[in-house]
Amino acid sequence: MCLAVPARIVGLHNSTATISVEGAMREVDVSLVEEPRLGDYVLVHAGFAIHKWDQSEVEELQAIRTAMDLREAIT
Amino acid sequence: MKVMVQNIGELAHQVGHDVKFMEVCGTHTMVAFRSGLRQLLPDSVHLVSGPGCPVCVTDPGYLDGAIELCGRPNVIIATFGDLVRVPGTDTSLERERAAGANVRIVYSPSDALLLARECPSKQVVFLGVGFETTAPTIAWAIWRAARDGVQNFSVLCAHKTMPRAMDTLLRDKELRIDGFLCPGHVSVITGANIYRFISERYRIPCVVSGFEAWDVLKSIEMLLRQLAEGRAEVENEFTRSVNEYGNAAAQRLMDEVFEPCDTMWRGIGIIPGSGLSIREKYARFDAAKTLGVQFPEAHVNPLCRCGSVLRGAASPLDCRLFGRACSPTHPVGPCMVSSEGVCAAYYKYEGVAA
Amino acid sequence: MRRDRILLAHGGGGSLTRELIETVFLPQLENPLLKSLDDSAVLVMNGKGHAFTTDSYVVKPYFFPGGDIGKLAVCGTINDLAVMGARPLWLSLGFILEEGLLLTDLADIVGSIGATAREAGVQIVTGDTKVVERGKCEGLYINTSGLGEIVAPNWLGAANVKPGDAVIINGPIGEHGVAVMSQREGIAFQTSIVSDCAPLWPLVKAILDTKAEIRAMRDPTRGGVSAALCDIARASNVGIRLHEETLPIDREVHGACDLLGLDPLTIANEGKVLVFCRAADAANVLAAMREHPLGKRARVIGEVSERPPGIVILRTTIGGERIIDMPTGEDLPRIC
Repeated sequence: MCLAVPARIVGLHNSTATISVEGAMREVDVSLVEEPRLGDYVLVHAGFAIHKWDQSEVEELQAIRTAMDLREAIT
Repeated sequence: MKVMVQNIGELAHQVGHDVKFMEVCGTHTMVAFRSGLRQLLPDSVHLVSGPGCPVCVTDPGYLDGAIELCGRPNVIIATFGDLVRVPGTDTSLERERAAGANVRIVYSPSDALLLARECPSKQVVFLGVGFETTAPTIAWAIWRAARDGVQNFSVLCAHKTMPRAMDTLLRDKELRIDGFLCPGHVSVITGANIYRFISERYRIPCVVSGFEAWDVLKSIEMLLRQLAEGRAEVENEFTRSVNEYGNAAAQRLMDEVFEPCDTMWRGIGIIPGSGLSIREKYARFDAAKTLGVQFPEAHVNPLCRCGSVLRGAASPLDCRLFGRACSPTHPVGPCMVSSEGVCAAYYKYEGVAA
Repeated sequence: MRRDRILLAHGGGGSLTRELIETVFLPQLENPLLKSLDDSAVLVMNGKGHAFTTDSYVVKPYFFPGGDIGKLAVCGTINDLAVMGARPLWLSLGFILEEGLLLTDLADIVGSIGATAREAGVQIVTGDTKVVERGKCEGLYINTSGLGEIVAPNWLGAANVKPGDAVIINGPIGEHGVAVMSQREGIAFQTSIVSDCAPLWPLVKAILDTKAEIRAMRDPTRGGVSAALCDIARASNVGIRLHEETLPIDREVHGACDLLGLDPLTIANEGKVLVFCRAADAANVLAAMREHPLGKRARVIGEVSERPPGIVILRTTIGGERIIDMPTGEDLPRIC
C-alpha cells in the first residue's frame, strides 16, 4: 500500500505545499517533513509529504530511471 | 541492468539451492508483475507475495460494517478508491453506491476532513485502511479534527503494522522463507531498524527495497549475496528514502492518536499487537464506538484461497475459483479485486493459462 | 453477490461494458450487421457502402481544457465513422437538458458544435431537444448519430487484422482522460494537459490515400489503448505485442498518472487513432501521417502475431513481458 511519488515543491504556504509531478500539480500537507522549502523534492503519499529528499537522493532516482530506459536486450 | 541480472544468476548458482524471497508490500507485487522482472530471474529464485496488500488482509467483517454504515441516511462514507470494489459477504461499496448509498472516493484523508467541514449536517466516516505509510495521514486528520473542533468526522479504523505479521509468518515452519524484501515506503516512516529482529532472532536476510524494477532486482541481488556469504543482516537498498530511524514527526503523530491492538488479518488470524486503534483521548473520532458499528462474523466462500495466497503458502493457480468464478470483473475474494492483489496480478499480467 | 444493477464501470468501455453488451443487448437485438461490434455499422445502400454510428456524451464537467462536450459530441462520432474508412457527411444532434441549465452555457456548447462541424466539413441535419426536471441529469447530455460514405477500398474491421501487421499510433496517449479528470470534484489536481479532442477524418484520408493495405483502424476512447487492442486481438484472434519504450506518453501525463495511480494505457483519448497495416506499408503510412498536424508524432508501437491468439502483451523497458488485460471500467484514483 505504498503508491508514493516523488514531487517538487512549487508553492508553499504554512503547512500546505503545491507540488508538481512532472507538471501535474496538487496541494499536499507538509507537516510531516522538516523545514520544507520551495524547490525541494518530497515523497508524496495520500496527499501528504512523508519524506524530504536531498539533492543526492534526487540524483540517485534520476540515475536509476535513466539506467532503466536503456534498451539493452537482456534475453 | 544487464550486469545486475548476470550477478543474480551467478549468486544464485553460488547459493546452490532454490530460494524463496517474500515481499510484503502490494506495490512490490505490482512492480514485479508489471515490469515482468520475474522472467529475468533464474529458475531457482522464487519471488513470493506475502500479506502486503492492506485491502486484501482486511477482515471481511470490517467491509460488512462499513457497508451497513453507508446505508444510514446521515452518513457519508469517504474512502480510498482501493476499497470500493472489495466484496463483503453480500455486496460491495461500489454496488451500494449504485443503489444510492452515499460513498465518496477521496485521494487523501485531508479531503475527507474537508468534506466533513463542507457537509456539517452529515457524519463523514473515513475508512482507515493501510499500513504504516498511510496511518500517519489518518492520524493527522484525527488530530486536526480534534484541534479544530470538527464534530462530524470520524474514522472506522482497521490500520495494521508490519513487524508482528512478519514475525508470525516466520514462525510458520511450512513457509520456509529465505529472505525478505522489506517494504520501502513503510520503512520511510518506521525506519529500517524495525526489521532487526528478523535477522537477529531468525537469521534471515532482509533488504529494504525501493519500487523501481531496478530497486527490486538490486534488492534480490543483495539478498542472494547475503545468502552466498552466510550473512543475515538488514540492508538498505532504498537509501534515497529510508534511514534507520524513520520519520520522527510521523511516528510522534501516530503515537499521539493510535495505540497498538490485536487485530484480525484475513487468512492468517488474529495477530497480537499488529493493529492500530484510536486512543481513548480521541474516542469521539472512533466511528466504531460513536456509531455503534457491528463487525459481523463474515461468511467467506470456503473455496476461496485468499488466506493461503496471502501467507505465500499457495499460488492463485492453486485456487479452484481462480479464472472461473473469480475474475477481476466478478471477484470473490480481495486478492482478485484489489489493485495490488496477487490473484489480480496473476490474472492480468500472466494470463489465466499461465 | 448482488448483480442486479448497473454500475458506473458498465459505462467504462472495458470488460463490464462488453459483458453488458453480450448478456443484455445482443440476445435481444442480434443481427449480422450489429454482430461485428465495430465502431460503426457498415450498410450498403444503393450499392454503395456507408457507415452509420451513434454515441452519447455525458462527460462531466462539460467544459474542460482543450474542449467541451459539444466539440466532443461532434468529434467522437465522426471519428467512429472515419476509422471505418468513411468520409463523415451528416450528423443528428439530440439534447437532453436539465431544467435550470444556463442558456449561455448551452449557447457556448452549440457554438462549439457548429464550429467543429464546419471545420470537419459535416452538416448537422436533424435534431431533437428534451428537457428533464432539475436533478434528473447533470446539466446536459448529448447524443449524436452519424452517417458517412465509405471511401476505403477494402473493409476495415476489428476482425480483419493479420499476423505480421504493424500497429501504429498517431501521437501521445492519455491526454483527454487526464484533462477531464483534473476538473473533477474530489480529485482536484492541476495540470496543463489539454484534451486531444480533434476530428480525425483528414488524417485518416491521408492514410487511405497512400493506397497502403490497411486492415483496421480504431480510436482508443473509453478504456484507452488497452481496451481497443484487446478488442482487436479478440475479434481477429491474433496476438499483439506492444513495446513499452515506443509508447508515446508525455511526461505530464506520466506525472498525473503517477500521482493518481492510473495506467496511461487505460485512459481515454479523443484525437488518436490506432492503425493496423501490412508491415511492408508501415513506412509509407508513417510518412503520410507525419505530414499531417495530427500525426506529427506517429510511430510504430507494436506488431501482430499469430500467437498467443486473443492476447495483448507488453514488452517492458527492462525486457520482461506482461499481459495487457481489458480494463474493468472505472478509473479510480488509488493510493496502493
